[in-house]
Parts: sequence; C-alpha cells; structure tokens
Amino acid sequence: MKLLEYQAKEVLASLGVPIPAGQVARTPEEAARACAELGPVAVKAQVPVGGRGKAGGVVVARTPEEARAAAERIIGMDIKGHRVPLVYCEAALEIEREIYLGLTVDRDARANILMLSARGGMDIEQVAEETPAAIARLYPNPWRGPLDFEVNQLIWEAGLGEHARELAPLIKRLYRTVPEYDAVTAEINPLVVTAEGRIVAGDAKLETDENAAFRHRDLEERYATTLEGDPLEVEAGRRNLTYVSLDGEIGIIGNGAGLCMGTLDLVARAGGRAANFCDIGGGARAEVVENALAVILMNPKVKGILINVFGGITRGDEVARGLVSARDRLGLRLPLVVRLSGTNEEEGRAILEEHGIVPGASGWEAAKKIVELTR
Amino acid sequence: MAILLHADTPVIVQGITGREGTFHAQQMQALGTRLVGGVSPSRAGTVHLGVPVFATVAQAVRETGATASGIFVPPAFAADAIMEAVAAGISLVVCITEGIPIQDMIRVKDFMRCYPEAKLVGPNCPGVLTPGQAKIGIIPQRFSRPGPVGIVSRSGTLTYETMAALTAAGLGQSTIVGIGGDPVLGLSFTDVIRLFECDDETTHLVVIGEIGGSDEERAAEVLARGTRLQVVAFISGRTAPEGKRMGHAGAIVSGNRGTARSKEEAFRAAGVAVAETTDQIVELLTKR
Repeated sequence: MKLLEYQAKEVLASLGVPIPAGQVARTPEEAARACAELGPVAVKAQVPVGGRGKAGGVVVARTPEEARAAAERIIGMDIKGHRVPLVYCEAALEIEREIYLGLTVDRDARANILMLSARGGMDIEQVAEETPAAIARLYPNPWRGPLDFEVNQLIWEAGLGEHARELAPLIKRLYRTVPEYDAVTAEINPLVVTAEGRIVAGDAKLETDENAAFRHRDLEERYATTLEGDPLEVEAGRRNLTYVSLDGEIGIIGNGAGLCMGTLDLVARAGGRAANFCDIGGGARAEVVENALAVILMNPKVKGILINVFGGITRGDEVARGLVSARDRLGLRLPLVVRLSGTNEEEGRAILEEHGIVPGASGWEAAKKIVELTR
Repeated sequence: MAILLHADTPVIVQGITGREGTFHAQQMQALGTRLVGGVSPSRAGTVHLGVPVFATVAQAVRETGATASGIFVPPAFAADAIMEAVAAGISLVVCITEGIPIQDMIRVKDFMRCYPEAKLVGPNCPGVLTPGQAKIGIIPQRFSRPGPVGIVSRSGTLTYETMAALTAAGLGQSTIVGIGGDPVLGLSFTDVIRLFECDDETTHLVVIGEIGGSDEERAAEVLARGTRLQVVAFISGRTAPEGKRMGHAGAIVSGNRGTARSKEEAFRAAGVAVAETTDQIVELLTKR
C-alpha cells in the first residue's frame, strides 16, 4: 500500500521521527483555519505519486486567505491521473540544509538498503546516476537491523558527521518501518535541518508490502479508504482479480502474469492499444473468467476483448464452455477473440467456433484479429 | 543428465496433506518422481499417497534420506518452511507458494548464506521439471518430452506455452526451471544458466524473462563471456507502463530500470537471439 504524505508522516511520527506541525484539510475553509493556527504553511496536494511540486501541487501560503485560495485550486486537481482528494497544510520551515534519507529493497542484492546523502531535495535517482559517490549505503542485517556503529559509519561516509547526534536515532527509527510495517520503501526527502538546528522530515514516502498486508490490518483500516484508486482497479480487487487499467480500447484477459503481459505486447505489435492488464491466475475457471469480463465491460472505452488462456490442468473445452456461457449471461456484444492453448485445445476451439466466437490459432494471430475487428 | 532433479532424486513435499499439496504430489508421482515422504505436523505418523507423513523435515530426512523438497504451504508459513528444509540438510528446495512477504524472503536469503550447498528455486514459481524423470511443482508434464532444450523462466503459463510449442515441433527439453515472479528469489537466471552450461545433454537454452529488476541483464553479461549453448531469449512486458505492478510482485518498471528494452538490448549485445513473440522462440531455436 502506498501511503499519502500525511499518512506516512503519522506513521513515522509514531516511531519517533520528528515532523513539522501540520493539519489535513478537505476543504478551503479547513486550510484557512489550519493556516490561522499554524502561521505560514505549505499547502500540499496529497497524491500517491511524485512530481506534484512541478505540477503546481505545492503552494506556500502566508495568510489564511492565501491558504484558502491555494486549497481551492489544488483540491480536485489532477496530478498524473490522480484526483487530489485533500491537502496537507504544514508549518513552513526555515531551511538551512536538505538531506536525503531512504530505505528500500535492493533487488539485485536481495536485501534492504539504507541510503543517506548530503544532496537532499533532489531526485535521488538523478543523484545516483550523476554522482553515485554522493550516496552512502548500508545493507542492514535483516534479522537484527542496523547496529549503532554501522549507522555512524553511514553518517560519516555521507559527510554528515556534524549532525550525527540527531541523525543516528532518526535513521534507526526510519528502519523500524521494516519490522513494524513491512515497508518496501520509506523515504524522507528532504530531511530538513532548520535554521534553529532541528532536523525534521520535510516530505515522506512510505510504501508497504501488499504480501504482508495480513500482518497489518490496522494500517489498512486506518488509511485504505482515503486512497482513491482507479475505480476499475478497486472493483477488480474486490473480485480477487489482478487488474491494471491502461488507456487503450482492447480489453485483455490472460492466465498468468507473463502470458498476460506478453499478450499486451502482441496487441501493441499488431497496432492496437490494450485497455487493461487482467491476470486471472493459473487456472481458468468459468466464474473467474466471467468476473474478469464483467469488470472489463465496465470500461466504456473498450471496443473489443482478447482472451489468451493456456489450459494446463483446466481443459480447453471446459474453458470454452465457461466462456460461451459467461458471454451469454453478460449479453456481450463486442468483438471477442479467444486464443486457447494447452489441454484439449482443438475441442475448445471447435466449441468456440460453434458459438460464434473467433478463435485465434496463435497469440499473434489472435492479436492481429482483434485489432482488425476493433479498427 | 539434466539439471537439479533426476529420476533417482528422493523428494518430499512440505504441506503434502493440503489440497494443493495432495493434488500436485499425485501429479509428481504420476510422472515417476521418487516421492519418499511428506511433512505435515498435524498428520504426522499417517500414510498419505502411499508415503509416510512426518512432523518435521529433519525427521523426514533422517527416515527417508530425502535431498529435495517441494513446498506447498500458505504464504505466512512458507519462509519458515524454506529455512526448516535448508537447516535439515535438503539441497534442493522448490517453493511454489505465492504471496510471501518480501521481508520474509530477505531474511531467508540471509539465513541461507550459512548453507552454501542448498539451492532454492522460487518462491512464486511453477517449479522444476525434468521430462521423463521427475518434477517438483506444478508444471503440466503432458506438454513436455525429454530432449536437449533447457528452459529457465520467471513466468508460469508462458513457460508451459513455450514448452508445448517446443514439444509440438519435436524439440524435447532437458530440464525446465521456473525461477519465479517475486522480486527476491532463490536461484537467479545466472545461477541456472551456469548449471545448464555444465550439463552435456543440454545444447539449447530458452530464457524467458520479464520486466523488473536486472537479473536478465546479469545473465546476458554471463552469456556474453561465451557459451556452448544456443540461446534464445524472450522478454515479456515491453508495453507495460512505468510504476505499475503487472501481476507478479517482481514485474515492475521503476524509472528507466527494469525495462524490456534494456533486457533485450543486453541479450542482443551478448549475441543472444531475441524472440519478439513466443511463436518466434521455436523458429529462432531451429535456425542456424
């Protein structure tokens, strides 16, 4: 789960990471009130993506009127496909220095990595590319976490020895997001050294592992409802489908992530654009296929559907019969091309043809056919 | 010869009495896999599918001499099951379970540093199949036949499809290894390619990768140093958008890292033929 900035900060604050004073505002009036209480504030759009500053989603307001106007403009704004549901009004900071502190999973090392850099406030991937030596790295042992001396080394290697006393406990607190919340990314950028010499989290990102959600039901209960996702993705999630919205017009269903991704590629190669990724999992049971079709049909942009299924344990004739009945129950009128392979593929294809569904001989043939039918 | 798993490898299944465990253990037996026992603490002392059920892997190893294990237990317990197997001296652990928390797997990887001889395949994978000999996992053996082509893949169904296409074209397989779709895995492409390199019976190799991470790029580096195998690579997910997790937890492009383009380019630079569609895999493999 990707938390919003204010949610990430709440979690970090509960672990003892210092954050500036702030208030959530769902209306311009609430933003004005927050400013009246906190003094000058940064009014920040709350969206689960980066780059909101460039998109005009962060405005400094000196007076309640300015805060009201800023919130008026930002709430409801679209940032990279996400509607801004609310803003976070945070006491403006007098910034002396900006530091980068991040924790993520290094896939190549199959380990967690803590990163610290004196070059905060910038895109860390750009820093990593241009001046990799400017980032100090630590791979904490996953059983015991970072040790004091390791954290100390990290700080001095980053050239931040003068702040060691404040930074050391802060880094260990950030790391707590791993054992306590199964964080896969926890990032404070910038970590601000204020004019008074305090260190506080200027921004915060926190993403937790979906696979570990069963250990953190509390987190989900507290925050999941505020996260406005794509409505089709939310609906598909409710039906236990792995679904990703895309912006084309051909609905896609496949079984298995690799096969499904491969199908998207084939459609693109044939000159079409996929409306979604939808993996119905290893088998291909009739009710699962019907669920997937139902979700895809909720998308008004869809002009045709391509189904690419390999039947291993599930037989092709079973899949075909399930498909025919799902189509009939849903009253599906759009062009439908189905590619069946695996067990009893011939029988499956015969059943499809009998019922007026176009079978594709191969994934590539099927992709070309659906693109042609939806042109 | 094949790699990892052979007709005489003594195999146990952890979670053998569960629905999935039972079904797939039967399929494994049907192929001729030497299944010597199972582990299921609540059913210890009973006989299931004609083999003894033990409370712990250590007991199973002591009583049966098993050297390989297939894991079919729920995600919350799977990491512990892997470590139990490794600590009991199992040298090939194949974990089918999908949905294991990534931090659990990071701890498993650290734990396994003390057992350098143990090999883990998966998790979130279809397993290992040596056609005509044995399998651990869920790969449908009816689409395979013995032969000279090795397959190593991050995908399940895409692997079955490729295997079926190879078999239909008269090309049998030496061993099929599904390494899994998670970001933190046991054996990597590189590890499996090294094993195939040393297997005299394997002359051809199909590498099926997907977006996310850089294991494919590293495999390409190894292949670039020279190989006796004729290799074809396929990468799925060329058109996947950045930042979206495409089904597999590991299939995600972040920034410009993990793209299909970078993987394909790495393979091409290594002199490996890259198939643009799965249909082309067989075509490219039989060319030359």
